[in-house]
Amino acid sequence: MNGTSMSEKAIAMSGVNKWYGHLQVLKGIDLEVGRGEHIVLCGPSGSGKSTLIRCINHLEEIQQGTVTVNGTTLAQKGGNADHIRRDVGMVFQQFNLFPHLTVLQNCMLAQRRVRRTPAVEAKEKAMRHLERVHIAEQAEKYPAQLSGGQQQRVAIARALCMDPKIMLFDEPTSALDPEMVKEVLDTMVSLADDGITMICVTHEMGFARAVAHRVIFMDRGEIIESAKPDVFFSNPSHERTKAFLSQILNH
Amino acid sequence: MTYKYDFEPVFAAWPMLVDGIVGTLKMSSLSMVMGLSLGIVFMLMRMSKHRAPRALAIGYIEMIRNTPILVQVFFVFFGMPAIGIRLSGEQAAILAMTLNCAAYAAEIVRGGVQSIRPGQIEAGRALGMHGLDIYRFIVFRPAIRAVYPALCSQFILMMLNSSLMSSVSAEELTYFAQTLDSQTFRSFEIYLTLGVIYLALSQFFSIALGMIGRVYFSYPAK
Ligand SMILES: Nc1ncnc2c1ncn2[C@@H]1O[C@H](COP(=O)(O)OP(=O)(O)OP(=O)(O)O)[C@@H](O)[C@H]1O
Ligand SMILES: [Mg+2]
Repeated sequence: MNGTSMSEKAIAMSGVNKWYGHLQVLKGIDLEVGRGEHIVLCGPSGSGKSTLIRCINHLEEIQQGTVTVNGTTLAQKGGNADHIRRDVGMVFQQFNLFPHLTVLQNCMLAQRRVRRTPAVEAKEKAMRHLERVHIAEQAEKYPAQLSGGQQQRVAIARALCMDPKIMLFDEPTSALDPEMVKEVLDTMVSLADDGITMICVTHEMGFARAVAHRVIFMDRGEIIESAKPDVFFSNPSHERTKAFLSQILNH
Repeated sequence: MTYKYDFEPVFAAWPMLVDGIVGTLKMSSLSMVMGLSLGIVFMLMRMSKHRAPRALAIGYIEMIRNTPILVQVFFVFFGMPAIGIRLSGEQAAILAMTLNCAAYAAEIVRGGVQSIRPGQIEAGRALGMHGLDIYRFIVFRPAIRAVYPALCSQFILMMLNSSLMSSVSAEELTYFAQTLDSQTFRSFEIYLTLGVIYLALSQFFSIALGMIGRVYFSYPAK
């Protein structure tokens, strides 16, 4: 029915409410993300940023509202979550590489098991993405043998191997030593330049300025403010946003 | 005392002892492999989000862990013919040890699975993988690695417990030792020798399992 208008959007969340027991962690979230749009999501600890992006690929269930990804509305119990996860890649704060698999095997596993890609092809694609994140020469190493920044780049390559149309990043640089933040951000910038749809939870404001089309500020489960980066940083309209910005920019 | 040690009849019966060692090795190894496999099935049931399989697994595990293995093998060997299942001593022994091992293995492996960070499973889900695939390819190896020493102790304990299987005439070491005893009456020498052989078998299993572990878990830890 409303297929045409919906299909222009990569992600549409409407009236999303979520509780953990009695604690409501998402309150009436309405969010539309266009194809190729880059969104930076920020807000204080516990405000629900992780929960919000984890609802998009159904790592979390919602109790009310709808989440639509590339025109497919997520069933409440997640019956079609697999379908949606095909289009959505995710990168975690803690990398979450598989420790018993080499870098190459990390990038091949889901291709083989989910897509049933033949080994040769899967390997070829894995190497292509590892090259793209400048880590192909470490393909035979295990995650524990890599630095944090290298591990996170492998995690990005691993997600890219599934040809996602949307990438979700949950504080991808927060667990990194300062000297490794840049290599990961550079990788993400190059992804953004390629036009992939992206939602990134981060407090890296330089990154937000460079690639975000919109910066969204969340507090206590609500979206408080959503604006272009220049407006967001120079002229935020809400008190809570101002307070938050003064805190993180003073760091 | 005036007891005169005489190991001659014991050593003379070496072919019998070798048969016993082979029997013990065979029964123990088979029960370890099958027990671990079955244990993993029970572990999955135990961790299921559905109530029925979970209750079934808990019931099974508690029943096995709170009854003597001797009673279990008697039940299999003497009890099951009543429902038409007639097994040889060796078959009954392997079945009982497998069932016994499964209950312990299920609990040990469950501990390993619980030690896996949720992020590992989430990464698998985010990549579109399914429940069983996630277990098989992501959770399983690190989980077993985390509890491998405990699993090995359990295996060795079971190998030692296999001596109880002589009571259903399963042809393992203790069974042959008892036979030899009744022929020669050299109890002191026989059971001393038997103890030494079990000690050697324990060492053997310990080393062999350690080597398997080093190959299977050769990836570097954090
Ligand atoms: N599994 C859970 N069970 C109960 N409460 C949870 C759970 N996960 C998160 N919460 C709560 O939900 C709220 C939102 O958490 P969320 O992780 O989404 O916040 P966040 O904005 O990502 O914070 P941070 O910056 O610390 O990562 C918090 O109050 C948190 O304590
Ligand atoms: Mg978070």
